[in-house]
Amino acid sequence: MEATGFDAWALSLAVFLPLVGVGLMALVPKEQEETHKLIALLSSLAALAVGVYILASYDFDRGDELQFLVDNSWIDVINSRYIVGIDGISLPLLILSLCVVPLCIIYSWNHIPEPGNPKAFLMLILILATGMNGSFVAQDLILFFVFFEVVLLPMYFMIGVWGGEQRRYASIKFFLYTLFGSALMIISFLSLFFLSTEQTFDMRALTEFQGAGITLSTQVWIFAGMFMGFGIKVPMFPFHTWLPDAHTQAPTVGSVILAAVLLKLGTYGFVRIAIPMLPEAAAEWAPWIGLLAVIGIIYGALGCLAQTDMKRLIAFSSVAHMGYVMLGISTLTDFGINAAIFGMVAHGLITGMLFFLAGSIKERYHTLEIKRLGGLLVSAPKMGWILGLATMASLGLPGLAGFWGEFPAILSAYQPAPTLPVETFRTFMVVAAIGTVLAAGYLLWLFQRTAFGEPKEEWDGYEIEDVNRLEWVSWTPFLIMIVVLGVYPALLFGVTDDAVAPLMENVGTFLEQVRG
Amino acid sequence: MLLAQAIPPLEEFVRPPIDWHALAPELTLLVVGALLTLADIIWNERVRWYMPALAGMGLLATMVPIVTLGLDGTDRELFGGAYVVDDFSLVLKALFVLSGYVLVLMSADYLRDGDYYESEYYQLLLASLLGMVMMASSRDLISIFIALELLSIPAYMMAAWRKGDAKSNEAGVKYYLMGVFASAVMLYGMSLVYGIAGSTQLDQIAPAISGGDASPLLIIGILFTLLGFAFKVSAVPFHTWAPDTYEGAPTPVTAFLAVASKAAGFVALMILIGVGFIGRGDVFQPLMWILAALTMTVGNLLALRQTNIVRMLAYSGVAQGGFMLAPLAVAADTDQAIPATVTYLLIYAITNLAAFTVVIAVSRKTRSGEISSYGGLFRYAPGMTVAMTVALFSLAGIPPLGGWFAKFVVFRALADAGDAWAIALAVVVAVNSVIALFYYAAVARQMWFEDVPDGDETPVTSTPSLTIALAVTIVGTLVVGILPQTAARFGDMATTLVALGG
Repeated sequence: MEATGFDAWALSLAVFLPLVGVGLMALVPKEQEETHKLIALLSSLAALAVGVYILASYDFDRGDELQFLVDNSWIDVINSRYIVGIDGISLPLLILSLCVVPLCIIYSWNHIPEPGNPKAFLMLILILATGMNGSFVAQDLILFFVFFEVVLLPMYFMIGVWGGEQRRYASIKFFLYTLFGSALMIISFLSLFFLSTEQTFDMRALTEFQGAGITLSTQVWIFAGMFMGFGIKVPMFPFHTWLPDAHTQAPTVGSVILAAVLLKLGTYGFVRIAIPMLPEAAAEWAPWIGLLAVIGIIYGALGCLAQTDMKRLIAFSSVAHMGYVMLGISTLTDFGINAAIFGMVAHGLITGMLFFLAGSIKERYHTLEIKRLGGLLVSAPKMGWILGLATMASLGLPGLAGFWGEFPAILSAYQPAPTLPVETFRTFMVVAAIGTVLAAGYLLWLFQRTAFGEPKEEWDGYEIEDVNRLEWVSWTPFLIMIVVLGVYPALLFGVTDDAVAPLMENVGTFLEQVRG
Repeated sequence: MLLAQAIPPLEEFVRPPIDWHALAPELTLLVVGALLTLADIIWNERVRWYMPALAGMGLLATMVPIVTLGLDGTDRELFGGAYVVDDFSLVLKALFVLSGYVLVLMSADYLRDGDYYESEYYQLLLASLLGMVMMASSRDLISIFIALELLSIPAYMMAAWRKGDAKSNEAGVKYYLMGVFASAVMLYGMSLVYGIAGSTQLDQIAPAISGGDASPLLIIGILFTLLGFAFKVSAVPFHTWAPDTYEGAPTPVTAFLAVASKAAGFVALMILIGVGFIGRGDVFQPLMWILAALTMTVGNLLALRQTNIVRMLAYSGVAQGGFMLAPLAVAADTDQAIPATVTYLLIYAITNLAAFTVVIAVSRKTRSGEISSYGGLFRYAPGMTVAMTVALFSLAGIPPLGGWFAKFVVFRALADAGDAWAIALAVVVAVNSVIALFYYAAVARQMWFEDVPDGDETPVTSTPSLTIALAVTIVGTLVVGILPQTAARFGDMATTLVALGG
């Protein structure tokens, strides 16, 4: 059912309001830095306000259908339309993305990284926001593809201009990896378009086709193209190598946005596009995805243990955490995918928070080398405790958000979708469970060495500032959500399950039919 | 008396009916060119200053009949079908004329500052454009050849326009020799095709050569004809003239060669393939497949190594040519192929003109074409930097900049053809777009990430005409990227070519 009145504009406003901010900022001279910050903040808050409106008028009883749906013509020649809408899968991710951007702008208020130039920096963040929000609401493959790619350029420049020592290498690596994936992905989209019974890019229609009329071997190849596109973005082992570099070199808010939202585009793509549209190919691929996911979990964890740099350690932990998300997805069950979406949100909040902390620590100590840090609880106790909370959440302590991403994902591997090899997945489950032990190991180790003990001698005489006001403003929402989702996970599961359950039920019955 | 007996009595000459409206664009160009020449002869130095303005206005005037013909919408055939005015030809005529207009804007200050000949330049430019406009309508081997020569010969001279510079002379000579050689090869091929088909008109050649197995003679005829144009579009392995010529020629002329002249070559290829040889997919498709794959791969690998921006753009243009050839490799299997190439050409032209405009503007300050001289451009010329970034990443095909749609339609044509070879070529295209990104991003990196090499941060002085050229092309690139329908509907009109040929 198409939306009317303001509702018809709501999603488009949430997507494009940041771009309006970019337009305004382009007109203001570079020297008026405060004006730029204000415009950026206001336009992102305006988008968030629309997001709050959407949240308030979202009909939670109809979580399985697209709401705020708009269907307009766009590129008639190729049958691609401007279709936007949200359901229970998109809603949490859209809201996450809408929240993260203004918080990042607040955080960078006095922290515009070297070499300065808030005008360009904030414009890039806003363009990034448009790409991220758009990806979560697009319901047409080509529209999705365009938004999916829009994020590349701003991120490339953000890492390349405002990044660390190795920024040139990291930025181009990030760009090349993701572009390679998306080039193959677009070929897959097109093959799907031409081979499906009715030539369309409409995701709703393609989800209903479930690859009808396409031979299994072709489906498997099409899925492979999508796997490259989304898998590189997640990133899955063995395509993860761009991530540690990009994360380590990116400026703080770049890392936060990357961790909190950008990586989710990949997993979202699996849940929204690859699996529902080609369930049979997904079943063929599932054990392999599961395998790569658990390799990612163990590899990421071992990678963490080898790191000497705090930011790089967090980056590797991302590889491991996204492994849990992918494991949940690979089970092709309602349970696993719900866990995966929860994992996405939780990882976004927790790892985003950890990158904020890393950025603030770097600013105070001018280093992130773990062995030179220490005694954070003495020199800046509040920050130390926040770090403690974030690491606990990250290692999956029950009562905090991370637990509900990790534990159900592992559990879901016990009983994968009907036709999948049960023994294989149970093995994955055991390996993934070992991964949590390793996670506890490296995170506690990190916390211990940075926060416990006395500050190192080299910092004698330095005044280490504790959490300041801007940091409180930008961090508090993260901390609250980590705790709230940890204590009351049904808040999120309730929303997502309404959409995931019917979707995966379709996939399940379909698989049983064709595989009987 | 003897003489009268020797010569048979002449049949009375009947003038073919001429549709003046259909020929109005060509005639307007011709009249403007003649007027410029006359004005130059009569008033000489005194009108020199007005030449670019006159040429520009003449080109805009040429757009008027193109638009009225487009609104009229009927397909017109002249001279027994040898010359056709349909949507396909009108779209490309508009492309040539508008590119010509942007090129005039780009050239004006360049020529004036360099103190090169001005009046003659615009006369030659118009003559060459006339050849291109004719090419778009030619449906006959002879008129294609005449159009080709008319567009090429002025271009040979323009390439050597900086005549005090040995490199520019080299550029002209190299381009000339290679061009004549290609013409000879092509003429030979055409003569063979004529010998087999018994006609020079493409719509009569098509039925004559289709069906059954192709004779070796026919294969050679088709291959040579097409290879002649492979030179023109600088397809590998016939690309060797391009980088030297591009580097030596004056930068606006380079833009002209890389955009308009290359487009004309593609137009000829599309007409030959789409109308004349469409039934011989077994001959031209493998050739186009190999040319496309080689052109994009070699062009890209060579572009990676360039340190001069114009040479880099030259090789990138070679690679882009490969992307445009790719749909032609499936032209017999899908009607999406010709529209794909046309759409690609339109978008490529807009974007590449933008890139060259920035190169001209920046070299006004840096006096250098080295990529390293772009270091830190963002510090002192943020507007130019953003424009160049838009152009480069559009060439790389990153949404939402125009180039993505160009790549997309190529993928679409290949996916529509759908056989294993087509998909393999699509993968080659995909891999190459990633390689291409590397060198485009390298320029962006210089502009954004590096420091100014000589520390001189005085802003770049643009001129009004360069600013207009840049504004038009950049806005075009963005509009096409966000609302691809604008370009796609013109590309889609190109189906008329296939409809006629089919």
